[in-house]
Amino acid sequence: MNLDELESTAAREREQCAGQKCRLRVCTGTGCASAGSDRLTEALRQRAKERGLEGEVTVTEVGCLGLCAEGPLVKVDATDTLYQNVTPNLADNVLDSLTGEAAGITVCNEKQPFFTRQNRVVLENAGYIESDRIESYIARDGYRALLHVLAEMSPADVVAAITQSGLRGRGGAGYPTGLKWSTVAKATGPRKYVVCNGDEGDPGAFMDRSVMEDDPHRVLEGMAIAAYAVGANHGYIYVRAEYPRAIKRLKTAISRAERQGLLGSSIAGTSFSFTIDLRVGAGAFVCGEETALIASVQGNRGTPRPRPPYPAMSGLWGCPTLINNVETLGSIAPIIRCGAPWYAGIGTEKSHGTKVFCLTGAIKNTGLIEVPMGITLREIVFDIGGGIPNGGTFKAVQTGGPSGGCIPEKYLDMPVDYESLREVGSIMGSGGMIVMDQTSCMVDVARFFMEFCMSESCGKCIPCRVGTAEMYKLLTRIATGEANMNDLAKLEELCEMVRETSLCGLGQSAPNPVISTLRYFRDEYLAHVNEGVCPAGVCPMNARKGVTTHA
Amino acid sequence: MPETLTSSEVVTLTINGQEVSARTDETIMEVAEEQGIRIPALCHISGLSDIGACRLCVVEIQGSPKLQPACVTRVSEGMTVSTHTDRLRAHRRTIVEMLFAERNHVCSVCVSNGHCDLQNLAVECGMQEVTLPYLAPKLQVDASHKRFVMDPNRCVMCTRCVRVCDEIEGAHTWDIMGRGVDSRVITDLGKPWGESDTCTSCGKCVQVCPTGALFEKGVSVAEMTKRRQFLPYLKTMREVPK
Repeated sequence: MNLDELESTAAREREQCAGQKCRLRVCTGTGCASAGSDRLTEALRQRAKERGLEGEVTVTEVGCLGLCAEGPLVKVDATDTLYQNVTPNLADNVLDSLTGEAAGITVCNEKQPFFTRQNRVVLENAGYIESDRIESYIARDGYRALLHVLAEMSPADVVAAITQSGLRGRGGAGYPTGLKWSTVAKATGPRKYVVCNGDEGDPGAFMDRSVMEDDPHRVLEGMAIAAYAVGANHGYIYVRAEYPRAIKRLKTAISRAERQGLLGSSIAGTSFSFTIDLRVGAGAFVCGEETALIASVQGNRGTPRPRPPYPAMSGLWGCPTLINNVETLGSIAPIIRCGAPWYAGIGTEKSHGTKVFCLTGAIKNTGLIEVPMGITLREIVFDIGGGIPNGGTFKAVQTGGPSGGCIPEKYLDMPVDYESLREVGSIMGSGGMIVMDQTSCMVDVARFFMEFCMSESCGKCIPCRVGTAEMYKLLTRIATGEANMNDLAKLEELCEMVRETSLCGLGQSAPNPVISTLRYFRDEYLAHVNEGVCPAGVCPMNARKGVTTHA
Repeated sequence: MPETLTSSEVVTLTINGQEVSARTDETIMEVAEEQGIRIPALCHISGLSDIGACRLCVVEIQGSPKLQPACVTRVSEGMTVSTHTDRLRAHRRTIVEMLFAERNHVCSVCVSNGHCDLQNLAVECGMQEVTLPYLAPKLQVDASHKRFVMDPNRCVMCTRCVRVCDEIEGAHTWDIMGRGVDSRVITDLGKPWGESDTCTSCGKCVQVCPTGALFEKGVSVAEMTKRRQFLPYLKTMREVPK
């Protein structure tokens, strides 16, 4: 497919959409799907058929509309109205609203900050396109960036553009993407590979899943541009097995793109060839670590190895390998289309662009949001997120999953960027944001994440294998009221030691949830240890006789 | 940026304040050994590939925010390495302590008492007591092999047996199952050792095992000494003359 063909496909698709009298877009993101949006789609189609509206009403399944808390969501284009909490039995009410007044269904206010304060770049297509139809992506400027790059830019130009955009790795650590690309571009080897890391495993994080499910072609396009820039001809997408919908949609997307000549050999009639294979993980969190991911793709046990050498020099089968996260690759096409200066203009001095976050926990508007870097936590939690439900009070927000930390209220006005989050003892991470109110016990939170790290540790290095188990044991002592001050001191000692000596990022960051809760909520730990009381009333504290928890 | 394996320039570096010369294809561990500086290690054994897993050999390198394992880190020009700072000593002591807390290491009843790498490490690192909570799960001993016994209660998961079986004997009978504290070394796909189809009964795994986890039948307390001379010998004999 060349540029002319791409444009005519886009025009045809747009015309077809415009020709549809009434288009109903039903959110089929996993949040809405679990609330029954799949059945709703069926019901809508069925009821429309019964009413003889088949030709007039088109029901399309689209990706995440964002506000998961109020799902299932349905957008009616003809009246420009978004409906919330549309359970399958409300299909008739939706169809009634097309001709008359909406009754029995709730209109979702699209003027609320949840929608207006967002800046959607990676999620620009979510809620608009049908992920299984490549035409739908093309109609929204899909693959235009790839064809532009192949026709007008040299690989070095592409690397320069990404460097100029200031994009940093969205997987968590924030390594400059342009620098990574240029390292792989300059590395020598018989072959090179591009790998998309879709092994998203942080508790409470579902950004990458959303991108892969709702807009799979965006990931493929980003990978193809990356491959052109670094000189690779083969790529892998590594997706965790727990994401069956993402796997299915990516597979479909790969075969559609190949059929259209947008992947495979001689893409768009140029000499550039690029093929993509999908690899499914087997349920190990540590495989999100790049060297473990490489081992897993090669068919070996998914354990990390010491770096250097970095995958950029010696990755898959010893060849230079570029590994980027889903969201990072999802940002590539817009950067090429709209220009690096545009992207660099969003955000703060050191953190550019936008970041997708998953708002979960004790927050009104649970859901998927994309905001410019530099926005404050307060804006995210209280404006976009709508604050704490049921009259609760804000206690902390946890970012960065098991590698991150808890941020207390006093830092709510801090800008969200890589450096600021690191300063307060957390990390940007992949984008999970768990809000906690007064009913959460910070010892319990730390214990939860430590249990996660303990069961996800691969067992290769001693500090992580034994250290996480020992820390979990000490935290359990604290949570059951068996601990004394020596245990607390031992816990702190282990935090330091495991952080400094572990082999990979999982172990090195495993103590973070403990370190950050100790830093800001030490009094809670002390209440557990000295008074045998869990102030939030969460921990069992059953070891101490006669002491009951505060309700 | 890492050096490629083929280049072998000679460089100068500083280890514990002492200037030394080395080839760029040497690791910090190798150069330190040449200088008579012993860096504690457990998964490392000369003759097998290095995996940087036990973390006992981590050293401080000036300018590097992270500690690096000496067994897999190659030297470079101007590198300044410290191998025995107070911080490193403390970390090593804790690592050894963790191993004692993880499984069931009771020296007085062990076949390897007096000839045990873990025991020696405890002495070397100054570990005098176990202050961490014991995990010590009760694990099944495998005595199904006609000549050898595997006692997972004494295993430290160094994977020397896995590597020697794969890299030297070429049988790959040993591997690891499970993960984290639940990981175990197994023979074949978890079959009893005695029923293994791949085991050649060569005994190399027993000889490289640092503790009494793998031992020969018929030995009693403190009687199991390991004979490892074959490893450097085989390694030298297999090296292609330059």
